[in-house]
Amino acid sequence: MSRILIIGEHDGRALSIATAKCVSCAKAIGGGDIDIAVFGNGLDGIAAEAAALESVARVIAVNAPHLGAPVAANWAPEAVALAGGYSHILGASSTLGRDLMPRIAALLGVNQVSDIMEVAGPYAFKRPIYAGNAIVDVECAEERTVVATVRAASWPAAAAGGAGAVEQRAASGTAAAHTRYIGLASEGGERPDLQSATRVVSGGRALGSEENFKLIYSLADRLGAGVGASRAAVDAGYCPNDMQVGQTGKIIAPDLYIAVGISGAIQHITGIKDAGTIVAINKDSEAPIFEVADIGLVGDLFQIIPELERLLGE
Amino acid sequence: MKILVGIKRVVDYNVRVRVLPDGSGVDTDGVKMSVNPFDEIALEAALRIREAGQAEEVIVVSIGGDECQQQLRTGLAMGADRAIQVQTGARLQPLNLAQAFMKIIERESPGLVILGKQAIDDDNSQTGQMLAALWDRPQATFVSKIALSGSTATVTREVDSGLETVEVDLPAVVTVDLRLNEPRFVKLPDIMKAKRKPLDVLPLDALGVAVDSNVRISRFAPPAQRARGVMVGDAAQLVQELRNRGLV
Amino acid sequence: MSEREIMEYDVVVVGAGPAGLSCAIRLKQCKPELTVAVIEKSSEIGAHILSGAVIEPGPLDRLLPGWRDDPPPVCIPVERDEIWLLSRSGRRRLPTPPQQKNHGNFIVSLGAMCGWLAQRAEALGVDVFPGYAASGIRFTGDGAVGGVIIGDMGVGRDGQPKDSYVQGIEIHARVTVFGEGVRGHLSKQLIRRFELDRDADPQTYGIGMKELWRVQPGKSQPGLVQHTAGWPLDSHTYGGSFIYHLDKDRIALGFVCGLDYQDPDFVPFEAFQQFKHHPMVRALLEGGEILSAGARAITEGGYQSLPKTEMPGALLVGDCAGTLNVPKIKGTHQAMKSGMLAAEHIAETGAAEGFDAKLRASEVVRELYKVRNIRPAFYKGFWRGFIRAAIETVTAGKLPTTLKVHADDTALRKRAGYTAPDRRWVERDLPPRDRLASVYFAATAHDEDQPVHLQILQPDICATRCVEEYGNPCTRFCPANVYEMVEGTSGRALQINAANCVHCKTCDIKDPYQIINWVTPEGGSGPNYQNM
Repeated sequence: MSRILIIGEHDGRALSIATAKCVSCAKAIGGGDIDIAVFGNGLDGIAAEAAALESVARVIAVNAPHLGAPVAANWAPEAVALAGGYSHILGASSTLGRDLMPRIAALLGVNQVSDIMEVAGPYAFKRPIYAGNAIVDVECAEERTVVATVRAASWPAAAAGGAGAVEQRAASGTAAAHTRYIGLASEGGERPDLQSATRVVSGGRALGSEENFKLIYSLADRLGAGVGASRAAVDAGYCPNDMQVGQTGKIIAPDLYIAVGISGAIQHITGIKDAGTIVAINKDSEAPIFEVADIGLVGDLFQIIPELERLLGE
Repeated sequence: MKILVGIKRVVDYNVRVRVLPDGSGVDTDGVKMSVNPFDEIALEAALRIREAGQAEEVIVVSIGGDECQQQLRTGLAMGADRAIQVQTGARLQPLNLAQAFMKIIERESPGLVILGKQAIDDDNSQTGQMLAALWDRPQATFVSKIALSGSTATVTREVDSGLETVEVDLPAVVTVDLRLNEPRFVKLPDIMKAKRKPLDVLPLDALGVAVDSNVRISRFAPPAQRARGVMVGDAAQLVQELRNRGLV
Repeated sequence: MSEREIMEYDVVVVGAGPAGLSCAIRLKQCKPELTVAVIEKSSEIGAHILSGAVIEPGPLDRLLPGWRDDPPPVCIPVERDEIWLLSRSGRRRLPTPPQQKNHGNFIVSLGAMCGWLAQRAEALGVDVFPGYAASGIRFTGDGAVGGVIIGDMGVGRDGQPKDSYVQGIEIHARVTVFGEGVRGHLSKQLIRRFELDRDADPQTYGIGMKELWRVQPGKSQPGLVQHTAGWPLDSHTYGGSFIYHLDKDRIALGFVCGLDYQDPDFVPFEAFQQFKHHPMVRALLEGGEILSAGARAITEGGYQSLPKTEMPGALLVGDCAGTLNVPKIKGTHQAMKSGMLAAEHIAETGAAEGFDAKLRASEVVRELYKVRNIRPAFYKGFWRGFIRAAIETVTAGKLPTTLKVHADDTALRKRAGYTAPDRRWVERDLPPRDRLASVYFAATAHDEDQPVHLQILQPDICATRCVEEYGNPCTRFCPANVYEMVEGTSGRALQINAANCVHCKTCDIKDPYQIINWVTPEGGSGPNYQNM
């Protein structure tokens, strides 16, 4: 019977949605209890949030000053101290999870499964390799702990509605003297970074000018989204090169990708093939983007975008 | 101080990767192989540290069959002083790789180990972190800036919510991200010089690392093709659809 | 900028194609103590090689006896030949002319074969350097060629050095062998500077486009060699197709259009795609997938267009000079022979002088002479060409006349007063949907932050004269969609998507004003063909 421990992720103020996605994955693995461990300094609100996720049996909160920052060298030993009795230890495939989980795996003497996309059984998973150009079936030995990260774009967030219990535990280790967290320069205020944004709005050459691109920025701001562009728009000088999405630009996998006036050349599609939901708005019904878009709207972007923005504001 | 840089032989990033029809792997027949792009960035970082006078020797290490000597020679041509091949015919998983690397660390006592943040074939992003755990030393991952000062390194890490600054005591493991630097091109004469630089071959079993893994890849498949979805008639319907799907 | 570092060799070979590599191998065989370097602009040997290809093994047998025990990676003995004349929906089998009888020949991937040749060259001590582009010629004090200059790398689009900047070195050599292939950019300069084409007709070319497909099991008949003529081309556009059946359910197919076509609105890529939709071809391809795609110009001028192939300090080998045999549609054996002859000459004399005479007395040029009138016969249209070709074949080229070869850039008719033939082309649904999708399969890569390697010598012509006279044909003849006329803030202007370029050289050849000058981009840029 599986017993799953999720290493919770937070920014000191709120639980990350990535943890809720780990819960969905844990449910798919099935079996017995799903517990969440949170490490930090001042965790009450966060622990409560975690306990309120559906299907969570228990939240183990380990509070200590040296755990306030997500330093893998400090968090990993805590996870290892709790690991006994769990068949699976999961983390998100965020930068935090990717930094932390392999250290836990090595301390437990096991390999890690990175970026679980699909669960085929309690010890069988699918994950992407070669930037998603191949999907592999991975099998884990049942007698060893499974340590894995969960691919955010592949899982929904578990809903609230649970009533798990919160347990306080003392930290088992002390601060690793060799690593000192200095600070975080958040990208807040500005738009989310294109590479990591969960929503992205992109514009293509159809926008017609650098001036017109403000339609894209405006819609993005309404959605709290990052902004991207097709190669054609960048080549035409409508926006800077670092906004380019595609084979020779950035390869991204947001939950929502809205392509405005982008024809959908294969080079662009390569950059977004792992996006959760692709929305395409284009006046050409034959544009190849409609072959891969989950939701398509044929029409004049200059009318549709302002209208969209208005409706989303309501 | 010595710097160890791990480099991996991978399918070139320009290659259109294809899964073999029988699902046994990816088609690498006649395919161009190169140094993992992140590892080139790692090596460039090491070379710049040496050129700034903060290290004496840069050693490139690769774990694999004799084919990887081609990539080690590329590393030497870029400017590494020495190369070590840990020779094995097995395709190792990250934990074994970290264990093998640990043996090299024990031999060489480096002050810094720099790796790419992930290999573009397996996309695991584990080896550096595992190595740091086995070595019981700091890990600074996804680094986009490194500054050395005496026996500490101050790094900037690219994390989801922004840029994190961390200070670590050496020796430490650093894994590098794309924006750290742009690796230098190799000058032709340096290719010739590289042929004369030392390349040591150490068989894996002689290092005392047992090859095993609790994780096994059983099958390869191409990704699901995205298909045409639904068409909506106007902006209002689009918003409705997005709301229904919980996307806005 | 500091003075360039220098490396010295006895011989430097520019281009790791069949001509260059055969030359390098033969040099070491003849005189092992010679120091030989081969420099190649593609990132890996074979990455810029695109050819059908059915090859005659004669030169291989001479150069590497025993090669059959360790053949190149893709090498299928020819089993059968078929020639077809296509109409829009039908086909008629034609008798196989002697030049197309391929018994004893092999279907190969020329790219894979070049990789295989390069390994053998290195084993003999040749220094092979992929990823380095010869961007200039080094001249000695007396005006002779004294080697080449490697292009600077890590230069930004604005011409300024980037972080990764490395200055290109100079390679000094007593003899430089140019094996750049068709319309080499350095050979172009040399031909002009030394007036090597003074006594020759202009060179004429074709554009060859190719796709490698994996088809459904059972559809490929390994060893089958098929060629077609007729539809989708009209009777005044020279060209035809090839379909070569390989192993592992793979088929190499392609299409050649003579670049002396007249219709300014003709799109060679479209002709290739139409051909794939002929029922005979469609049946093969349906349900399959494209593995690789690309394009490269071929030389068609043969004997009449052969320039002088020697100059002080250097020689031209292979299609740099234009040794391809058009009716055979084979150039590899000729390229190899010319490379080997060059090697033997250099080993014997230590100089370039005297090579041209030897080449003209050799079987390479004898072969070209025999078929010299076949391609020009088609200037008067398909049927007259066909008849003349038959006569030339039967008389083995012994008739006393030699037809003149014309240039391609002057063949294009102006839009005013020209009516294109009714092509009767069909709706298409096989991939790739367009040139941009096709380019994806060429895996072509150029760092976008580098100087644009397609130089337009008089850019104001595009939006003024050319748009009126020809309707900007570069937007149509380029197989990679490099050229686009876009509406900008100040009217229509030429946009160059240099990153798409597959290094085919068609634009340099066909542009009616001859203002497009192709130069080499940074070493390692360009297509990454696999098994092409």
